[in-house]
Amino acid sequence: MSSYEQLKTLADARWAELTEGNVPWIRIGMSMCCGQASGAYETISAIKEHLSATGIDATVSEVGCLGICYASPVVDILVPNQNRAIYGNVTADLVVDLINKCLVQGKTPKKNLLGVVDTGEIKSKGLPYFNELPQIKLQNRIALRNAGHIDPKDIYQYIARGGYLGLNRSLAELKPEDVIEEVKSSGLRGRGGAAFPTGVKWSFMTRGKKPKYILCNCEEGDPGAFNDKSILESDPYTAIEGMTIAAYATGSTNGIIFIRHGHDGPIDATERAIEQAYSVGLLGKNILGSDFSFDLEVSLTGESYVAGEETALMEAVEGKRSMPRARPPFPAAYGVWGHPTTINNVKSLSYAPSILEHGAEWFSSIGVNKSTGTAIICLSGNIKHPGLYEVPMGLTIGEVINNIGGGVPGGRKLKMLQTGGPLGGVLSSDSLEIRLDFDEMRDAGAILGSGGIIVADDRTCAVDLTRVLVAFCQFESCGKCFPCRLGTTNLLEIVERMASNKARIGDVELMKQIGQTMQIGSLCGHGQLGFNPIESAMKHFKEDWNACVEDGVCLTGSCDKPHFNPINTRSFADAPIKSTAPINLTNQIGENHE
Amino acid sequence: MSSDVTPKIGPTPDSEKQSLKDRINNAVRTQKRPTVTVLSSLLSIEDDLGYIPKEAISIVAEYNNSTINEVWGVASFYPNFRFDPPSANTVEVCWGPSCHLVGANDVIKSVLDELGLDGEGDTEDKGVTFKFNTCLGACPQAPVMSINHRMYGKISAKQAKSYVSALRENTKGSHS
Ligand SMILES: Cc1cc2nc3c(=O)[nH]c(=O)nc-3n(C[C@H](O)[C@H](O)[C@H](O)COP(=O)(O)O)c2cc1C
Ligand code: FES
Repeated sequence: MSSYEQLKTLADARWAELTEGNVPWIRIGMSMCCGQASGAYETISAIKEHLSATGIDATVSEVGCLGICYASPVVDILVPNQNRAIYGNVTADLVVDLINKCLVQGKTPKKNLLGVVDTGEIKSKGLPYFNELPQIKLQNRIALRNAGHIDPKDIYQYIARGGYLGLNRSLAELKPEDVIEEVKSSGLRGRGGAAFPTGVKWSFMTRGKKPKYILCNCEEGDPGAFNDKSILESDPYTAIEGMTIAAYATGSTNGIIFIRHGHDGPIDATERAIEQAYSVGLLGKNILGSDFSFDLEVSLTGESYVAGEETALMEAVEGKRSMPRARPPFPAAYGVWGHPTTINNVKSLSYAPSILEHGAEWFSSIGVNKSTGTAIICLSGNIKHPGLYEVPMGLTIGEVINNIGGGVPGGRKLKMLQTGGPLGGVLSSDSLEIRLDFDEMRDAGAILGSGGIIVADDRTCAVDLTRVLVAFCQFESCGKCFPCRLGTTNLLEIVERMASNKARIGDVELMKQIGQTMQIGSLCGHGQLGFNPIESAMKHFKEDWNACVEDGVCLTGSCDKPHFNPINTRSFADAPIKSTAPINLTNQIGENHE
Repeated sequence: MSSDVTPKIGPTPDSEKQSLKDRINNAVRTQKRPTVTVLSSLLSIEDDLGYIPKEAISIVAEYNNSTINEVWGVASFYPNFRFDPPSANTVEVCWGPSCHLVGANDVIKSVLDELGLDGEGDTEDKGVTFKFNTCLGACPQAPVMSINHRMYGKISAKQAKSYVSALRENTKGSHS
């Protein structure tokens, strides 16, 4: 086992070799949100092929997301004694030329150059600075501080960049209750949707008996959100350190990071990182030589949005259908397998290392009102520069969309915004002055939620987009509460009628009644908020609804296009499985765990 | 581009020799993640075989000290499980809102037309399984599709069609 100082010395030496040595370092963004779908596989093979064909010496690393997903494939080339330059849209056909210019001729070509990063002594006169790009300049990357910079396969790179300072300080200088106090006074609120103060949540855990669990929620089933997956893929260590700090603070013995099956990028990155953390004594027994021990593992959920709801998540951890439990008892009293449990979102946990490193005051000085720190925004839809942007709370939605996102492309006009996941509701273009602030957004009838902002231009009919959101709610209803199971189905039928100009008299009234019933009669947010998309869209886009419902014409024509969505099979008796499922009542219910 | 669309390679000759039950047992018993549950066992079988055979249900029930009902309950709940062998290839297209706004419908339509399907399912020759995905996690690259778990972003309906037809061409020989 090594002490923190030993690890840091080793890490610094390795980092210096990478960044100040004689071998160029090429980093390529390979995240799900950028590289993987934009041809980075081809780019990286072209680079490797060219290097081996020409015998040019260089270190090549697959890294995570720099946030500028719109510019992917992104290739970041550090040339010794020259500079570090970041290039965008580097498709495989551009590779040979780029590598030759940078590594053979010692130039920094302007073609595809996004900017150079100042690493001290550089030869970059007259070249744009990467950090001056509006997409970078307006950001304040805390949870994402390492994303795209470090190799997510190398824990030493994380340590070299300040990783584990927060945990080391906690273990060496602070008692668990001091850590909770620090997080409380930082003002950190949960980034999973409910914005509950994280420190307060941790403090509920101090009474329970061991074993106690910390669960990290990376279900992230909301379409339009990819920040949790991206953090785990780009820098799993920050979430792991954050969980370890949370475990120390709450006296937890075990941790589980819960990721959706099939999302191999984040799953592999996290599992590899956990293995490394164990191997250097940052997980397991007597972490960093202290008497604190903590075990961490990854567990997978099947496809289910509701599995992201905290009580449903615990059911899924136990291997059951991800259906929510009634509260109370709350997880801190009776959680997974009945043990005291805290559930936190990936982002919430990923702030903890920086808070413990720099102190509560530093964190609470960023942001606005009761929303401290940053918001991690996933920008997508009809937007020029979609990407993953970590900006201080308090920036307006307009600044995010126009200054960072570059506005709506193609000379179109902004019409609608969908924030905080499909249940978050929609906003109109009047909402650009609203600030990224949990409370201000809630008061405006939207939620910041998980940080997704989906932008729709004036070709979209509000009824059409609402239909997609309602179809999602229907598809994902777990079926436990009948108001949600039947309500989402009825709502979808009605909205589909409206979108195909076949609305019936009284449909609007009927929708409202169903919506209210869902709100009152559902156990979790899925049903409670399931009417949000319709309610908010009807409020902000009256003309669209009137046209589709009363006049029988869609103003933009987007409702008239053919549309497709899957059918919910999990919560209905006519699910295809019925015919093949034998019912065997003689096999009595056994104990599932312990 | 078509050359990149490599078909999923079928079961190796070695494992073909193993009986189905052996493979199920093996998948259940050699899970690499520490917490073993009904769900984790089913996921492990699905990873190995691509589907949940009937025979798996009682094996999973027994292994986890659970019941057949419970296991069917879990298996039928999560839409990622299927109960017959999948086709040689899997094509998924995202229908999530970000993709919807930039033309996912056209992509879905052209893929379905090319496959001769009208929704999720397998082509008649079992060459391709089509699935909807609510979000492939690559929203900045919308519209997104995936072919055998490899994602393709910013695709047009036309490109999607040509990928799928190339995929079918490439696989024709391999599974007949
Ligand atoms: C239907 C539904 C889905 C949810 N999905 C997620 C999710 O994918 N990820 C997440 O972190 N929280 C999700 N939540 C919120 C969680 O219940 C919980 O509040 C959160 O994980 C707590 O973490 P935090 O305190 O760090 O925000 C969901 C809630 C509901 C009602
Ligand atoms: S909405 Fe299509 S990839 Fe996310």
